[in-house]
Amino acid sequence: MILGLLNYWVVVVLMMCGLYIVIAHGNLIKKIVGLAIFQTSVFIFYISMAKVEGGTAPILADGISQYSNPLPHVLILTAIVVGIATTALGLALVVRIKEAYGSIEEEDVQNLDNQTQVDSQQQVTEGDQA
Amino acid sequence: MIAHLPILQVIIPLMAAPLCLLLRHPKLVWLFSLLASGLAFIVSILLLQQVMTSGVISYEFGGWEAPWGIEYRIDKLNAFLLLIISAISTVVLIAAQTSIEKEIPKEKHTLFYVLYLLSLTGMLGIVSTGDAFNVFVFLEISSLSAYALIALGNDRRALWASFQYLIMGTIGATFILIGIGLMYQMTGTLNMEDLSQRLPEVEQTRTVFTAFVFVIVGVCLKLALFPLHLWLPNAYAYAPSIVTAFLAATATKVAIYLLIRFTFTVFGFSFSFATLPLETLFLLLGLVGIFVASSVAIYQKNVKHIFAYSSIAQVGYIIVGLSTGTVMGLTATLLHMFNHALMKGAIFLALGAVVYRLGNIQLSSFHGLGRQMPLTMAAIVVGGLSLIGVPLTVGFISKWYLLTALLEKGWWPVAILILLGSLLAVIYVWRIIEVAYFKAPLVGKTPVKEAPLLFIIPIWTLIIANIYFGIDTRLSVQVAQSAAQSLFGVSP
Amino acid sequence: MVVAFAIIRMKDLFAVVMLLGIYGLLSASFFVAMDAVDVAFTEAAVGAGISTLLMLVVITMTGRTEKVTRHKPLLALLVIAITGALLIYGTLDMPYYGSADAPIHHHVAPRYINDSMQEVGIPNIVTSVLASYRAFDTFGEVVVIFTAGIGVLALLSVARRPEDSEDITALDDSMHEQNLVLRIITKILIPFILLFALYVQFHGDFGPGGGFQAGVIFAAAIILYAMIFGLSNARKVINQDFIQLITAVGVLFYGCVGLVSLFNGGNFFDYNVLSSDPIAGQHLGILLIEWGVGCTVASVMIIIFFNFAGRREMQKINNNNNNQESSS
Repeated sequence: MILGLLNYWVVVVLMMCGLYIVIAHGNLIKKIVGLAIFQTSVFIFYISMAKVEGGTAPILADGISQYSNPLPHVLILTAIVVGIATTALGLALVVRIKEAYGSIEEEDVQNLDNQTQVDSQQQVTEGDQA
Repeated sequence: MIAHLPILQVIIPLMAAPLCLLLRHPKLVWLFSLLASGLAFIVSILLLQQVMTSGVISYEFGGWEAPWGIEYRIDKLNAFLLLIISAISTVVLIAAQTSIEKEIPKEKHTLFYVLYLLSLTGMLGIVSTGDAFNVFVFLEISSLSAYALIALGNDRRALWASFQYLIMGTIGATFILIGIGLMYQMTGTLNMEDLSQRLPEVEQTRTVFTAFVFVIVGVCLKLALFPLHLWLPNAYAYAPSIVTAFLAATATKVAIYLLIRFTFTVFGFSFSFATLPLETLFLLLGLVGIFVASSVAIYQKNVKHIFAYSSIAQVGYIIVGLSTGTVMGLTATLLHMFNHALMKGAIFLALGAVVYRLGNIQLSSFHGLGRQMPLTMAAIVVGGLSLIGVPLTVGFISKWYLLTALLEKGWWPVAILILLGSLLAVIYVWRIIEVAYFKAPLVGKTPVKEAPLLFIIPIWTLIIANIYFGIDTRLSVQVAQSAAQSLFGVSP
Repeated sequence: MVVAFAIIRMKDLFAVVMLLGIYGLLSASFFVAMDAVDVAFTEAAVGAGISTLLMLVVITMTGRTEKVTRHKPLLALLVIAITGALLIYGTLDMPYYGSADAPIHHHVAPRYINDSMQEVGIPNIVTSVLASYRAFDTFGEVVVIFTAGIGVLALLSVARRPEDSEDITALDDSMHEQNLVLRIITKILIPFILLFALYVQFHGDFGPGGGFQAGVIFAAAIILYAMIFGLSNARKVINQDFIQLITAVGVLFYGCVGLVSLFNGGNFFDYNVLSSDPIAGQHLGILLIEWGVGCTVASVMIIIFFNFAGRREMQKINNNNNNQESSS
């Protein structure tokens, strides 16, 4: 019955895709997309464990005795909201970063940052000499 | 009303946040948030008293009993943490109005207070709750508001720092979510107390092991434990000063609380320390963290950076205390959490005062500041001494307990290393003192005045607390000790 | 899965976002297949709807291509190899998918399934758990979305200057005048969408739906209006300050339901004390808090969209001004 775990394995692969995008990609929007995938696959994981063979959606009706577990559904409803909240805030930051730095590539931003650091130090040392 | 204290603790700042949005006038909003935070502080004192006299308080939401509904469960550990968080928040808020005047555009002041209160709510919620999923929800409230608060900093690097924090924080939170899911799958419950009873049945399974690892890694990301600390220094350095003071004093404490709660209460001490080599792992990471972060701190040019790295080092001390796995070590950890909140709160507030007068925080601008802002600089010096662990300050007390715990375990070399680590702290604190007191002010620079009274009062409140709890240790030690004992299940 | 892999390879951000939308829809259908209709509803609205929309707005502001350089692929592979292996290792002791004797189906959940009809009195178990047994989690969720709204407001809100408005109208007219068909259809559609939102709001007790989904749908109608008729027109219809007010009121409303039950002698969110009959009290409580959720969610979504779009408008105006300066 190794197939019984297949669903979870698919979820794991999906999670890892998301995580890979977050870590390996330099583009900030892509990172947010990666996070969204990562989170969504965790949702699928929760919902998978709520499923009962032969059960139906947890809305009470006559003549049905087997329901899927409602609790993970509730948790994931909450988690989806948290996910969209994070995405929205992250995208807002991306917009501001684009305005401030003129780029949304991690490398560019980091380079610009290092420059500002060097610049400000130079200014300070010049100030010292003066 | 006494029976409803646990919920009032969280609900007061929570309801105050949207009310602030309705009030709009910045001054009013400030006073109102101060009031809310102050009330939360009073509630936390009452709660601590109640817990110390009559034991664990449980509060059931909606009247549904524990594993079905959500439960707030206040024991000595939470009550102690609640006190730290709400106290620091109140003191820091006193200075907020003056400080953000210079650092945040006027039309965003109201939003600032709303976010601040939400962040406070989130932290109080994480600490009070006895439900694993509720932890995740409130963790996100506090983190989302923290990201936004950090991004309000007027340097563009604040945006980038905040983005990095957002990515790391969300990964951490999602890891915790996976861990909670795995635990739930094996036990069928989300209540922590219930989990701790049902986990031993299944603790040999590989799933529970994985759950444990995910929770620990997720929390450590939030905790900025070396080597997962990369987001912290910039976030602290470029955030508005008030935010730095608040977060530096409280946010890491909340993460450590979660770590303690999960390792000791939920998974149980014997499981936690037996399945993973937590003892060596924490010890090594803690020590490496102390040394690397302290050495990096020495070379920083931005004073906020210096103390941000010092925070990472202090997390190292706290973790070393945890790694001993003894009552004494845990007492030292809890004490240091309390004391570190006092020190860092005072220091970062004082730095906020410097920013208020100088407009920047580069070490080179500190020339001659010792004479121009004597009270502020004196506060930084006392705070620094406390960081080093000089007698008569709180830093000494926690170092003393930590060393005793290490010696009790017979870990001589570690104790010596801890002392060496303190020497590194001497160096970075000395650099600041040297510049501020022994260098003449730069020629052609307009001298600055002492910080306004609204800064001096909160700064010195914290400094006096620093010294008071360094001399009269009864309160803090007693609470920390009994909290540690109850976590180990020893009756005091 | 194929979609996820495609997203890794794709350089064009526009395509990536479209694929993300497809991914959202696919996972929503997954959820339906696994009996989670409420979740599927939400995921379809959020994952495939709102977040895709937001990303598109952002892309128009930031440019749509990604740089080729890919740093730290080795590190990333290492990290995901470790975490992936650990997870797979963890799954080995899991109960099989769909098996009815897994521990989660036996400890807490049976009470929800068997007793919620007597204790709460509404057929949709998900709603009764969400709004009554775990009402505090849902309150936390509302606060999270409130936080996000305030955060976006703090980051993106632009002070409105009167002299801009002319430029804005000029911009809008040039964009929307031609699409007459689109405008008429939208005008017909919007009332229906709003009605549907209300239906979802009230129907949450019996079928899938509830405050959150209703809020999203309601916001979608407003956003549609803003997209077709231009932002400034939409602003005339819906005042920004008013929306902020609604956001705060939604959270307060939810909290007050809790406080009222507190003053009536119960615990926080104990709806039984709201009315002399516990079941009626539960009904009332759930109805009220769903309204709180709906208000906050709808207004936060609108705030988020308006601020993103407003920011974009401002950028455009600035660009226009710059171009004019450089050409003259």
